[in-house]
Amino acid sequence: MASDKVQVFTDGNFSESVLQSQSPVLVDFWAEWCMPCRRIAPTVEALAADFEGRAIIGKMNVDENPRTPAQYSIRGIPTLLVFKSGQVVDSVVGAQVTKDQLASIIEKHMS
Amino acid sequence: MSARQVIIIGSGPAGLTAALYAARANLSPLVIEGFESGGQLMLTTMVENWPGYRDGIMGPDLMEEMRQQALRFGAEIVQGQVSAVDLSQRPFTVKTDEESYATQALIVATGASAKWLGLPSERALVGRGVSSCATCDGAFFKERPIIVVGGGDTAMEEAIYLTRFASEVTVVHRRDRLRASKIMQDKAFTHPKIRFVWNSEVQEVRDVEKGEVTGIRVRNTLTGEVSELTADGLFVAIGHSPNTDLFRGQIEMTPNGYIVTHAGTRTSVPGVFAAGDVQDSVYRQAITAAGSGCMAAIDAEKYLEGLPQHIGEAAATA
Repeated sequence: MASDKVQVFTDGNFSESVLQSQSPVLVDFWAEWCMPCRRIAPTVEALAADFEGRAIIGKMNVDENPRTPAQYSIRGIPTLLVFKSGQVVDSVVGAQVTKDQLASIIEKHMS
Repeated sequence: MSARQVIIIGSGPAGLTAALYAARANLSPLVIEGFESGGQLMLTTMVENWPGYRDGIMGPDLMEEMRQQALRFGAEIVQGQVSAVDLSQRPFTVKTDEESYATQALIVATGASAKWLGLPSERALVGRGVSSCATCDGAFFKERPIIVVGGGDTAMEEAIYLTRFASEVTVVHRRDRLRASKIMQDKAFTHPKIRFVWNSEVQEVRDVEKGEVTGIRVRNTLTGEVSELTADGLFVAIGHSPNTDLFRGQIEMTPNGYIVTHAGTRTSVPGVFAAGDVQDSVYRQAITAAGSGCMAAIDAEKYLEGLPQHIGEAAATA
């Protein structure tokens, strides 16, 4: 199943899994009650399958993990942040984005 | 590629009702959902004016019911955002990022999306305190002051909803009275956490340099006086504009971008029908959208019956 390829990030594993990652990481900040988050979830799952082995695609539940969203001043979801070498290099706010657009954003930071 | 009988663009009350009726008429409709699947009701809480639910129903639950009902009768619903349509040739062409479809009839139910103020500072701070969706982002503002801009039903609904989280909600409106319905006005006026700032236009959202919302600068429309209001969140609820960019130059529209319909849901292009908020700047209710979705399906069915090839096929199988 595609969803298995989406990693689950937490306040606990964020530093190790995201900040110290060798490859680019896309983090989807979401919550159960957020309808636009549900809409974008299948797109994120499809990206995880497409980028398997090349980039890390994961999600973080903002209700269960308050620390990291606060640290990155997230005040709206879905917010997608792209990390490279521990730094935020791109961000997308809202669900009005296509898979192709997200793919090209990740590709941009692959080299 | 064999052409479908009918494609419906949009999955709000108009699109899903059109799908239900078209499916029951054996037209095997394909619904292309769009980014905002389920439409505006997906971002609301309790809907109290949908007939048949005396205690109200949650917007997302109502849309899930409509969706399942359309599926039950054989509608096909796909995710995806339509990127282009060609209405100059028959069958019509409808393209998404992934697929290209051909169809004899098209029902446009693309709805309307929330309008923004259009300020560069607003754009810079979306997701950093600026939002158009209280149910999505309200929870980030626990015990913090929030500003809601607007004077209609949506603005009042958002303001009332946000009082669950916010320390106080200030409604900023550019006129001296609300456009909202009487019942929503009463709810807002009597709420202890909601206050109003009248005759005020937002000039700037602050603070772009800090990368987060700290307040707004407003100009009084009567005196011209400029003042500042502090808040951690800004929710914009100043109305909606129709999603018709795809059809520009292909279908007749009003100067405001609404699709012009005549004789029911017919547009300027025979075979193309429009339903819901995309063609309605007056009523804009879930129930009127659903009603016009039903009309569009019936209009499309009549249109398909009159097509020469349909008559030809019927003759061949007879």
